[in-house]
Amino acid sequence: MSVPSFGYIVKEGLWHNNTGLVQLLGLCPLLAVSTNVVNGLGLGLATMLVLTATNTAISFIRNLTRPELRIPVYVLVIAALVTAVQLLINAYFHDLYNVLGIFIPLIVTNCAVIGRAEAFASKHDPLRAATDGFAIGLGFAIVLALLGAMREILGQGTLFSDAHLMFGETWRSIEIQFWPGGDGMLLAILPPGAFFALGGLIACKNLLDAHRKKRIIAPPSPNNAAKTAAYAKAVN
Amino acid sequence: MLRLKTPSSPHTHAMTSVSITMLKVIVALIPGIVASTYYFGWGILINIFLAGATALISEAAVLRLRHYAIAPALLDGSALVTALLLALAVPPIAPWWISVLGSLFAIVISKQLYGGLGYNPFNPAMAGYAFLLISFPQPMTAWLLPETLSGVHLNFMEALHVTFFQAWPTELRVDAVSMATPLDLLKTQLGVHKTISEIRFGTSIIGDFGGKGIEWIGNWYLLGGLWLLYMRVIAWQIPLAMLATLFALATLFSLYDPDVYSWPMFHIFSGGTILCAFFIATDPVTAATTPKGRLIYGAGIGALIFIIRTWGGYPDAVAFAVLLMNIAAPTIDYYTQPRVYGHGK
Repeated sequence: MSVPSFGYIVKEGLWHNNTGLVQLLGLCPLLAVSTNVVNGLGLGLATMLVLTATNTAISFIRNLTRPELRIPVYVLVIAALVTAVQLLINAYFHDLYNVLGIFIPLIVTNCAVIGRAEAFASKHDPLRAATDGFAIGLGFAIVLALLGAMREILGQGTLFSDAHLMFGETWRSIEIQFWPGGDGMLLAILPPGAFFALGGLIACKNLLDAHRKKRIIAPPSPNNAAKTAAYAKAVN
Repeated sequence: MLRLKTPSSPHTHAMTSVSITMLKVIVALIPGIVASTYYFGWGILINIFLAGATALISEAAVLRLRHYAIAPALLDGSALVTALLLALAVPPIAPWWISVLGSLFAIVISKQLYGGLGYNPFNPAMAGYAFLLISFPQPMTAWLLPETLSGVHLNFMEALHVTFFQAWPTELRVDAVSMATPLDLLKTQLGVHKTISEIRFGTSIIGDFGGKGIEWIGNWYLLGGLWLLYMRVIAWQIPLAMLATLFALATLFSLYDPDVYSWPMFHIFSGGTILCAFFIATDPVTAATTPKGRLIYGAGIGALIFIIRTWGGYPDAVAFAVLLMNIAAPTIDYYTQPRVYGHGK
């Protein structure tokens, strides 16, 4: 098997193979927690931490685990690391921990975590596995935060509310209120709104991809040197 | 030499098309619209205009994005019917963006995103209404007191002011002319352990059957619906099954405990029951299509309306009942396909 380059791994995790937008893994926390930016970012970063750690650990033991036993072993490793992360968040971000509640221990069951362990970490060296976990986790965190932003703006007309839960009291003031009253489209906060928002995000990604493909693949016009060069590069 | 031309079948033509069907539906709605305007004033017509304009513009915009011909789809009138049904369900004093957003959601998300007319699994008007009710519960449940009760008539400019700026004429107070719908009232009063008869005779907004005024609007919708039946635009099975099931369930429970379960005619003449039976549940795209299937589909809507109204969280249930049965319609059709003549089971 060819060894993927680090740039390739990062690009895959952030864009082409994004957990939230392409693989559609880990939708349960994605849809349940992303009611505002801070919640989304909090869970996203926790998942990123877990993914990086589990990928590294599993890559280290990849030659010791027997194929018949690998899944229980992976689950044990993941559960142990998630417990550690959960205790860390409880200790240092206790208010955030209270808000996220059950969804932090539930990272264990996030299929993106076991998915990356099985599909990537068990086949590659620790450094690449760590990069992959970091990139996939970051992609997931970005989607969670974006989704949280969309739903927060539509649903309560604010952005970065409760920022102090994550960054401390001095950050409380960065909350932006778009209109007075704090009423919004209740649907955006409710579960159906999460599906609508995620559908919109996926559509945007596909639109961007299609647009880029068309720009590169479209036959060059004779007076556009840049396009011709891009076309030649894509064809060769 | 004698030439006998034999044209191919069909030999008689019914001269129907989507446009003609939709036109008939719009004509059948007119008595109800006139009655609503008589009881609730200009707000109804303003909502119809806002929803209709939004529906046509957004339909044209999406069709353009999808590289489809715009004129035939706009002229078939289906977007207009959707907008009409939605606007009739929106309170007459709701701010302007309620009609606009609801219509936008109905056309863009629940109709065009699924592939346009004929491909939408959910009734667009009801999807739009459910979206509005869930998203903006407060403006969606504040109804105007019928003008015959309040004695207040807003002229056209005042109604425009209310819709666009929520600005009432200075001598009026909002709570003097607005009310909860009778269904809403019943629900909240039952919540504080009042009996049905206490509620029924303790308020001025409930008439002989349903809400004062509103019960008469139902009759005018009924007139239009019967005309549609006579013209064979809609099938008789859905309205009959729906109204009969709702009536039967309501009678049964009302006989069991008349203090907790409201009288049967209240269910028939409140909220959107009649409008739903003849105009919404019969939507040819989202309803069941086999004769037996239509009976089941109608009965399902009737039963769900009763269940959600009685034990659910929202006061009226028409939109949710229709949407739930919309999902079931393909399955119902699958299991009720009529036997083809000459073939076994």
